[in-house]
Amino acid sequence: MTAVFRREFKSYFINMIGYIFLGALFLSCGILTTAECLISASAMFENVLGFESILLVLFIPILTMRSMSDDRRARTDQLLYSMPLNMTSIVLGKYFAMTAVFGIGCLGIAVIPLLLSSFGTVSFGTVYATLFGFFLLGCALIAICMFLSSLTESQVIAAVLGIGISAALYAMSLLVSIIPTDAMVSFIAFLVVAALLALIVYLLSKSPLLALGTAALGVIPTCVFYIIDAEKFEGLFPKVVDYLAIFDRFYNFVYGVFDLTAVVYFISAVVFFVFLSVQSFDHRRWA
Amino acid sequence: MIEVKHLTKKYGNHTAVRDLSFNIDEGKIYGLLGPNGAGKSTTMNIITGCLAATSGQVLVNGHDIFEEPLEAKACIGYLPELPPLYEDMTPKEYLVFVAEAKRVPYEKSFRQIRDIMRLTGLTDVGNRLIRNLSKGYRQRVGIAQAMIGDPDIIILDEPTVGLDPKQIIEIRELIKSLGKIKTVVISSHILAEISEICDHVLIISEGRLVADESLGSLEETAIRENGLVVKLYSSSDEVRKVLSRVSCAKIEEIGEENGIVTVRLTSADCDSESEDLRRNVAGALAEARLPVMEIRYPTLESIFLELTQKQNDGEEEEEYEGTDKSAFQKVFGKKKSGSEEYTPIFDDYKPLFSSSDDADEEDAEEGKDDKEDDTRDSARKNGGDGE
Repeated sequence: MTAVFRREFKSYFINMIGYIFLGALFLSCGILTTAECLISASAMFENVLGFESILLVLFIPILTMRSMSDDRRARTDQLLYSMPLNMTSIVLGKYFAMTAVFGIGCLGIAVIPLLLSSFGTVSFGTVYATLFGFFLLGCALIAICMFLSSLTESQVIAAVLGIGISAALYAMSLLVSIIPTDAMVSFIAFLVVAALLALIVYLLSKSPLLALGTAALGVIPTCVFYIIDAEKFEGLFPKVVDYLAIFDRFYNFVYGVFDLTAVVYFISAVVFFVFLSVQSFDHRRWA
Repeated sequence: MIEVKHLTKKYGNHTAVRDLSFNIDEGKIYGLLGPNGAGKSTTMNIITGCLAATSGQVLVNGHDIFEEPLEAKACIGYLPELPPLYEDMTPKEYLVFVAEAKRVPYEKSFRQIRDIMRLTGLTDVGNRLIRNLSKGYRQRVGIAQAMIGDPDIIILDEPTVGLDPKQIIEIRELIKSLGKIKTVVISSHILAEISEICDHVLIISEGRLVADESLGSLEETAIRENGLVVKLYSSSDEVRKVLSRVSCAKIEEIGEENGIVTVRLTSADCDSESEDLRRNVAGALAEARLPVMEIRYPTLESIFLELTQKQNDGEEEEEYEGTDKSAFQKVFGKKKSGSEEYTPIFDDYKPLFSSSDDADEEDAEEGKDDKEDDTRDSARKNGGDGE
């Protein structure tokens, strides 16, 4: 793992992507600090991070786009497969390299509140808890975008997919307020999600049987539960969507709440998507 | 060292490798030979764990490549068809990375990398970016990568592709010297390479193993089955008469064209196995004052073509019936069988030639006609082959 980690980490600073990512992060943070804190004479740095989180939608996919896809394009995955390395340790090495780059960014940002404290009273507890939440949010997004990168051979597709999915996750809380809460809509929405999942499974595995199985696994219980107790479906879909709104978890930190459930939520998202990336990386050998 | 058992690999409906079984023993150089698309790379990818087999098993030093991948992979150094290089690194950095990933102890890796770089001639380019290296040097970096970690088995997929003749000779020497201390498996579709380097040949055609023999015994079998080919200025009757006096020569086929007779002989009813048919035949012909143009045993190339051809034609290929004309084609038509594959490609190119430049159109047309004639000729020959 350390070998892969070191190589990947170094490559971010050979390929400029690391510099571009950090530069964009620092620049946007500086502009937001000027607008939010310096001009309006406020020491609430957590609000800056609140805005900055929107920009992660753009920055993280740029950091992650080549992580897995480029190996496939350059055929270096064959080197990784043929060396005595664990699949999990390869993916983790890549993942930690990206979080390390992002971590450097967060460490840089951590200096700003110290500077602000000479102009006013900074609530260090809130600010650093928010920064911690910001880091966790970034880690979760990195895991999601790394998985997307493992699905394709092209960096561009990986980046576009990453930005699209991250933006969708950001918009999730907005969606929740739009979706009608009646049972029928929830029921149909679940069926659509089951169909979409089946489609994704089909595209990944190219096995119609597996896709049908997934669809059946989603559709049959939904129908059964709907027939048994339709009222339970009232407002269920918005609730489920709400679980996916990872940006909302982060806003708890901005509002000054150190939310342990959010920490667990982010970490489980990381574990889940790293697991999926390992599966995707391993699965490619069955092509 | 490596046991391959009933390996099958399917890509959708296409079967790349079917029911392949062979063993690779210690301390020999193995050549995996086959035409393009025969399944060489697929087989190598499966052996090294880069690809999963549809069914079958690969054991490396007793470790299943999928059950115990770390133990199995630690015994293998692999150079895939395209060298898997990180272009943003220098060869030195790259080899350090590979050594680290293969868990070579730090102090040892330093010396090992230096030695391997010297052996593969990379010392001078060690600090240049791989991106800027020529294909030959990239190939060498790939080979160096496979040697890192001192694995027992080194598997090289077409190691000399894209190298200049001098480099090819160097790499061959390198592989030969590696073969003295390690087990080496190389794949190639270049016969000269295999016959020069390898001790043992595995010939694959359309995913099936068609030969698994040492180079010497392969040649012997071919000589026994195909015999000696003699070309000379004479008439077939006269040749028959002369050769009937040679003690153990049996005429298998005889053909005559423009005063040149071509005979294929096998040694039959010989007193001793070691008796050289060439000497007896040449002696008899010289006595009869018949000028010999050519006298040869079948080359490895013809053996290879025959083995892979059999596979392509399937079982329906009819046995040789003994008429002079078809005998001639049986011996010499084989070599032309390659043209059977070329023809459709030329046909495909036709529109490209004619549309690219109007002035050249007529020439292109003429060329096309020639090609078509050739096509028809070879089609006739090949058609005659089976009949």
